[in-house]
Amino acid sequence: MKLFSKKNKLRLAEGNLLVIVIILMVILSFATKNFFTVNNLRNLVRQTSVNGIIALGMTFVIISGGIDLSVGSIVGVASIVIAKLLVGGMPIFPAIIIALVVCGALGAVNGFIIQYGKVPPFIATLGMMQAARGIVMLLSNARMIAGLPKAFTGFAQLVFAGFPSLFFVWFLVIIVTFILTTKTIFGRNIFAYGSNIEAARLSGINTAAVTLSVYTLSGILSGLAGILMTSRLGNGIPTAGQGYEMDAIASAVVGGASLSGGSGTIIGTVLGALLISLIQNGGNLLGINAFILQIIVGVLIVASVWYDQIRKTTKS
Amino acid sequence: METRPFLEMKGISKQFPGVKALNKVDLAVYPGEVHALVGENGAGKSTIIKIIMGVYQRDEGTISLNGEEIHVTNVIEADKLGLAAVYQDLTLAPDLSIGENFFMGQFPRKKNGMIDWNHVYEKTADTLKALNVDVNPRLRITELSPAMQEMVAIAKTVHKKSKLVIFDEPTALLSNEEVDILFGIIKKLKASGVSVVYISHRLEEIFTICDNVTVLKDGQHVKTLPVKDTNESQLISFMVGRSLSDMYNIEHYPKGDELLRVEDLNRGKILKDISFNVRRGEIFGLFGLVGSGRTEVVRAIYGADAIDSGTVYLNGQKEIIKHPSQAIALGIGLLPEDRKHQGLALSQTINHNINLASYKAISKFNFVLGKKERERSTESVKRLRVKTPSIHQLVGNLSGGNQQKVIIAKWLCCESKLFIFDEPTVGIDVGAKQEIYKLIEELTREGHAVILISSYLPEVMGLADRIGVLHEGSMSHIVEREQFSEETLLRYASGL
Repeated sequence: MKLFSKKNKLRLAEGNLLVIVIILMVILSFATKNFFTVNNLRNLVRQTSVNGIIALGMTFVIISGGIDLSVGSIVGVASIVIAKLLVGGMPIFPAIIIALVVCGALGAVNGFIIQYGKVPPFIATLGMMQAARGIVMLLSNARMIAGLPKAFTGFAQLVFAGFPSLFFVWFLVIIVTFILTTKTIFGRNIFAYGSNIEAARLSGINTAAVTLSVYTLSGILSGLAGILMTSRLGNGIPTAGQGYEMDAIASAVVGGASLSGGSGTIIGTVLGALLISLIQNGGNLLGINAFILQIIVGVLIVASVWYDQIRKTTKS
Repeated sequence: METRPFLEMKGISKQFPGVKALNKVDLAVYPGEVHALVGENGAGKSTIIKIIMGVYQRDEGTISLNGEEIHVTNVIEADKLGLAAVYQDLTLAPDLSIGENFFMGQFPRKKNGMIDWNHVYEKTADTLKALNVDVNPRLRITELSPAMQEMVAIAKTVHKKSKLVIFDEPTALLSNEEVDILFGIIKKLKASGVSVVYISHRLEEIFTICDNVTVLKDGQHVKTLPVKDTNESQLISFMVGRSLSDMYNIEHYPKGDELLRVEDLNRGKILKDISFNVRRGEIFGLFGLVGSGRTEVVRAIYGADAIDSGTVYLNGQKEIIKHPSQAIALGIGLLPEDRKHQGLALSQTINHNINLASYKAISKFNFVLGKKERERSTESVKRLRVKTPSIHQLVGNLSGGNQQKVIIAKWLCCESKLFIFDEPTVGIDVGAKQEIYKLIEELTREGHAVILISSYLPEVMGLADRIGVLHEGSMSHIVEREQFSEETLLRYASGL
């Protein structure tokens, strides 16, 4: 099996996750009437795509040893900016570009503060989380922006070859980020940077460029997620993305990324995002109390890291 | 000497997955005895310590203190029994003061229930003074030099009245004067009846300070004997079956053109008008006491620290180096002092670390050519004889010597011309040291230039062609190989 060949070996954590995801899907298919229906699966994929894309940006930041708490607020920025531009009559394509540039710039500001101000990532992005949400509220007067063109809101409802359009966007991001992390110098440098920043610098790696690019990338991907979410919901929503930073961090961590930096994989994060969505979606279908589901997700996050630690200590 | 040992270990065995780390090892340490434990890395020294300190549990055998069998399951219990260890990686709380570290967990209280800080700092100052450690007890650990931190860690064991103190490579970070202070402390411990276990790769220290020595090899007990009945080369032959004489015996090759010239390097009060040159095929030694600016000189050349003034010429060409990447592009490779924190990405693979500085050469449009990457690693691992099952092994799992080889491989992949070795053999066993020396010899044979920094005189004297001696940031003397003598070098290093 190619996936398990020496060259492209799935890590143990990923292998286990894949098995858990599949088992959960099989169980849900039998246990509920509605899980294995076209409608539910499409809905599941649409929901996961948005979180999944943010989590991929977060994975870069976490591999670099940082954290980005501002992604949820940046989703909100994207939602309001694109809605304003479209309602103002701008064509869709340039509006998307502008929204992405704005979100990328906010991410770059994070990177700049962390690199040149030596502010810990947690603090820098916590500040950005507050400030960006404030910008959203100012721009929108804390009101929903309605009246988006059909061509834009229709996109999220499109289905190609049985899959919802958002899935293809997510899939594209997965491919690009997978190649970035595993095949490029940039990817190698992020891992080295996250593992030991001083060794990376003394090996000639431009550490400032790495800091700026991971946070910019995280901003752009959050922006993309915000745009897709706006298309799906049909309105510009000022509270969009609230709390999403936690889902994104959880997906990456459950997928095997370590907050101490230097480890994490794209496939792991994708599976982590899927698992969290499955628990929520399946739980709803089984009629499990939503608060209990929240507890389950909490336990899952801690348990997966705990398990990872046990594995590491018994190995060494 | 008393007849009953304080610590007695009998028939200790420990099995790890795949390795028998210890096989029926005996060790007895008497009160007031300084007992040396020697052996190559992997011989089982650190396993023994960890078993004494309760970090690992023995599979077989008995351990007794004063004739009473004990089962220590963690470090806190060991502490309560009066067992203490001073490791290379220090165990002080960095953001607390010296006094707080000494009294941690047992602060004296005043009548009103508040901590009696005066008592804390007075007591701490007394202990430090009695040991000739000259430092203010209110300073935080992070404000101290690494050498001073170690002194403080040792003083803490005295403060806690430990009955057995284990020193693991205590002199690795210390200058000669500080080693004298350390030995003074050990003598005081000894005089007050404390048992000391002393581990060091520097064998001559064992003859200065220890009473008896136990040699381990591959987890087996080889011999225990009084140090006065043995000598360095005999110990080495017990350890590895090699003799000492050829330790530093490397070939010195004819020198080529000048590769590096440094003129009037200045950086604040740290570096003052440093000038020297290095030729192809030459090993230029840099010697000085801790804090003399040895490391700072090479970091300045390498672009790791900013300088105030000074000029660097490579192949006669004036170069301005502001970032390590420029130094690397010009063919300079640095093996930093602290390989774990500055030299290696420990949580990454050998494959990644070897190629870290030279991905440009094995990529197309920034895409890494994975096959070339692996080929290069495999080749380097073979050439430098890195002991590892695979190039996908994490560097953190390798021994010190093999880690150092990975860094050398990294610079070989960059086609570096000038190799800067900053304390290349700290904490590395005898066998690996020799291999590193051979590699340095090989580099000079191929016409590369080497700058070798070492605080260990026999090493720098044994290897270098010339030695620049630093004292408080100035390089007052450059000594030719024919003029090398320990006395001269030490005098220059002390500013005399």
